[in-house]
Amino acid sequence: MSFDSRFRGKDGGVGGGPLHSRTWDIDRNEGASIQDLKDTSVEPVDEPFIQVPDDLKGNVLVTSVDALVNWSRKSALWPVSFGLACCAFEMIATAMGRFDIARFGMEAFRASPRQADLLIIAGTVTWKMAPTIQRIYDQMGDPKWVISMGVCATSGGPYFGSYSVVPGVDHIIPVDVYVPGCPPRPDALLYGIMELHQKIKQYRNLKRPPTSVQMTKVGETAAIPATGESERS
Amino acid sequence: MPVRELTGEQLAQRIDQSVPGSVERWEGNTVWVQPSRISRVAQFLRDDQSLDFQFLNSVSAVDLIERFDVVYHMTSLRHQHTGVVKATVYGREDLSLPSVCQVWRGADFQEREVWDLMGIRFEGHPNMKRIMLWEGFDGHPLRKDFL
Repeated sequence: MSFDSRFRGKDGGVGGGPLHSRTWDIDRNEGASIQDLKDTSVEPVDEPFIQVPDDLKGNVLVTSVDALVNWSRKSALWPVSFGLACCAFEMIATAMGRFDIARFGMEAFRASPRQADLLIIAGTVTWKMAPTIQRIYDQMGDPKWVISMGVCATSGGPYFGSYSVVPGVDHIIPVDVYVPGCPPRPDALLYGIMELHQKIKQYRNLKRPPTSVQMTKVGETAAIPATGESERS
Repeated sequence: MPVRELTGEQLAQRIDQSVPGSVERWEGNTVWVQPSRISRVAQFLRDDQSLDFQFLNSVSAVDLIERFDVVYHMTSLRHQHTGVVKATVYGREDLSLPSVCQVWRGADFQEREVWDLMGIRFEGHPNMKRIMLWEGFDGHPLRKDFL
């Protein structure tokens, strides 16, 4: 076997030459899509809001339904098993016995985004990884939430202004909670998760949704704006 | 057993015996060889019984503005010694160097990385394309004049 036979197809490269010359179009298409994403993602995406259909607006609001739905959503927030860099180890530590994410009903890290509600962006987001993150986010079913863990995911951190790093994952997907730190300790991630729980609890599922969710300290009662047309979901 | 570091002089003598005229100069622990002969020199360094550089630690490159040094760090696991060989290429555009991929397969990704970040092509490499950045990226970011 010749040295570069491993780069050739089963026909020994007769049909079109070495592998890299036959996959060149794939590389170029991938590169073009990444470059396109980089050129178009210049502004951070706002927090996600969902318009309420008009026929829902006349519905009777039953607060206990909200409470029940929100409670059930926040009590079983399944994250995607998805780690990008060193923050992933702190996320793993959060899942282990000492910090024990299972206390929040979150120990089920799902291998498929279709089974998950929460995407924890744990680590540096590079432009080459960006289309993949977008795809994972798109594959998750609603309602879904995103935690940006660590300064790299939040703003690029030490890599801000780099040619290869996204200046904040909110340029690509909407983010609900930002957790600072480099990397954040598991306590910090748990605090971020509890903040997200508070946020979920404030949702109005049928009528009079808040236009923006004001973050409060954990344990305090949340102040909810009573006006607005749109709804967080 | 501590790892010995072969001097550039020792390496230069051995290389010059086997591949005459390939050594440019030596200094400290480094020997500079003709870029066009790097492939044959590498073959000799790997196959010679007393040198026996079976393991290529790394292929890297240094931007010295008017030239680039491509650096090969090698180790002999049997004799427990290391050596450094450099090849200098001049200019900024269309740089190329023979690949040592046929000698050490570990050079495959490393040479692609040098091409990706420094913009030095390796002739005879079986898969010479960017390894970390995407196709269509403008420039080679580890160069001194990038940005």
